[in-house]
Amino acid sequence: MSKGVLYDSTKCIGCRACQVACKQWNEMPAETTTNTGSYENPPKTSAYTLTKIRFNELEHDGKFHWVFTKIQCMHCEHPACAEACLVGAFQKTPEGAVVYDDNKCIGCRYCMVACPFGIPCYQWDDPTPWVRKCSFCADRQAGGLRPACVTTCPTGALKYGERDDLIAEAHQRIAANRDKYVDHIYGEHEVGGTSWLYLSPVPFEKLGMPVVGQEAVTVNVERAVGAVPPVLVGVAAVMSGIYWLVKRRQQPGGEDAPSKKEQVEVPK
Amino acid sequence: MMINRRSIPVGTIILTVVVLLGLVTMILRYIYGLGATTNMSDGRAWGLWISFDLYCGVALAAGGFTLAGIVYIFGREKYHTVARPAILTAFLGYTLVILALLVDLGEPWYIWRFLFNWNIHSPLFEVSVCVMTYTLVLALEFSPAVFERLSNLDFPVIRRFNWRIPLRVIRTIQIPLVIAGIVLSTLHQSSLGSMLLMMPETLHPLWYTPILPILFLFSAVAVGPAMVMFESTLSSRVFGHKLGLDVMSGLGKATAYVLGLYLLLKIVDLLARGDLALVATAYPQNLLWWGEIVIGVILPIIFFSMPSVRKSRTMLFWSAVLVVLGLVFNRFNVSMLALEIRPGFTYIPHWMEFAISAALVADAMLVIFLAHRLLPMHEEEEAAAESG
Repeated sequence: MSKGVLYDSTKCIGCRACQVACKQWNEMPAETTTNTGSYENPPKTSAYTLTKIRFNELEHDGKFHWVFTKIQCMHCEHPACAEACLVGAFQKTPEGAVVYDDNKCIGCRYCMVACPFGIPCYQWDDPTPWVRKCSFCADRQAGGLRPACVTTCPTGALKYGERDDLIAEAHQRIAANRDKYVDHIYGEHEVGGTSWLYLSPVPFEKLGMPVVGQEAVTVNVERAVGAVPPVLVGVAAVMSGIYWLVKRRQQPGGEDAPSKKEQVEVPK
Repeated sequence: MMINRRSIPVGTIILTVVVLLGLVTMILRYIYGLGATTNMSDGRAWGLWISFDLYCGVALAAGGFTLAGIVYIFGREKYHTVARPAILTAFLGYTLVILALLVDLGEPWYIWRFLFNWNIHSPLFEVSVCVMTYTLVLALEFSPAVFERLSNLDFPVIRRFNWRIPLRVIRTIQIPLVIAGIVLSTLHQSSLGSMLLMMPETLHPLWYTPILPILFLFSAVAVGPAMVMFESTLSSRVFGHKLGLDVMSGLGKATAYVLGLYLLLKIVDLLARGDLALVATAYPQNLLWWGEIVIGVILPIIFFSMPSVRKSRTMLFWSAVLVVLGLVFNRFNVSMLALEIRPGFTYIPHWMEFAISAALVADAMLVIFLAHRLLPMHEEEEAAAESG
């Protein structure tokens, strides 16, 4: 059974303890940023900030909303990064995490381009750079611990558990508070499902969450790559056939078919 | 044939300067890293090098397998004279792609890792294997020119070796080599399109289609002959080896047919997906779409089908230039301009990115210059040398 996290933005108070816990567990440095007049900081995720809380002030249904959104890797059920990576540095583990291995990466950055959520980040400032993204604290999970961000969350906005149980619970929460939530669990079906699930009082596109389809983004790629063996054999066969035909027609004195046949049969 | 050369090779000097500048930039890139020398970011992780050097580079090198196919498989002897220069440019094109990747990869010293860690589901893995193998195939396809030259040299050590032996070996396996080249090219030209199939959410629907690999293959096959026309006209200016008009117009006609098929596929695909209206409504992306289609497809088809154009070397040359420009436009569209950037980011290439791309092209041109001076590049010359 694969694990997941349910993030309920109505319970999030924007304290950003999850950001700090993530940095502590992953031993990542602080970033120098400039004051933009908001508590939201840093402005973007990066190779040194794997998760952050985005602050949204917006209007929905004639009411003002101050909604927080936690940004980190969604840990897709069919991850584009893992399908894209030519050396298999990304793996979807049976436990749900999508993990990355420095010891395989060559730095092509296809994962960063392929990700539908724009998550993997690069150590651009480093002459020997690696890709960095949330690992779902796969190391902590292996030791029986919950992810660092979930452990530190003071309000229970982050809930860790079996993905299926979390989906059931999210549906219950929506059913119990129709006026509090939009009827949509972001991540239940997005790009074929993700391990991380979101609840929100406003439509997710208003929070800046990418509007994505329900089909896994890897479907067409799988089809194309699956066509490789037949294309290989087919093209080789067709080209050999054409070569043979052209050669036969160009043979001197072989203008009409019967004489050609004789020519072929003579050596026998 | 003796050609009067200018006493000061201005072109060569300029190219050398460009190459040296690029070399210095490359050293800076390795010392300070990608962040300091490029404008790539988390939002735009693939920049000019991938769009130009990889996507355009591979497609523009398609002259190698298309001409080899026309001459050796379809037996059109007329085009024999351009086969060898086409194969050389293809080989240089792929070398350029590999060099560019050694600059673009974050960890180029680990490039060998893909030989040991296979993800056979990745289209990029397929591209890597094909590019590596095909570069080797192209080197072998071109090697007869080198062996012919070596066998005619009268240098102390070189003349003691019988260069006719490897020549004979290569000539024996020539047809299998050409077929391997066509198979590998079909696979990786299309796989470059498959790579973009991973981005249904970020690549604009005017370009995103499940048949993108097929469109990539068709556009590459179309640009192959056009690129050969382009290059051989340029090299005839420099080296005075004029290409027959029938060869030029034949290549133009072939290009027009493939472009016609390509256009048909594109339109039918948009119709089938129900997105044809986007060509009018999806501003500003529809301008990019019309740009690549008008420049690289519609205008060349019109020009190549005009008898007056097919009788003029200059007009044929400029029509071929349009095809090349249109292809470059298309590859930039799919790999950069129509591919959504992450919110909050912008990308305009750093001058160092331009410097390295320019240096790689200049580098290839210098090698072509050298090859034209040192190696038998055309079959007639070779025949004349053998009989004379």
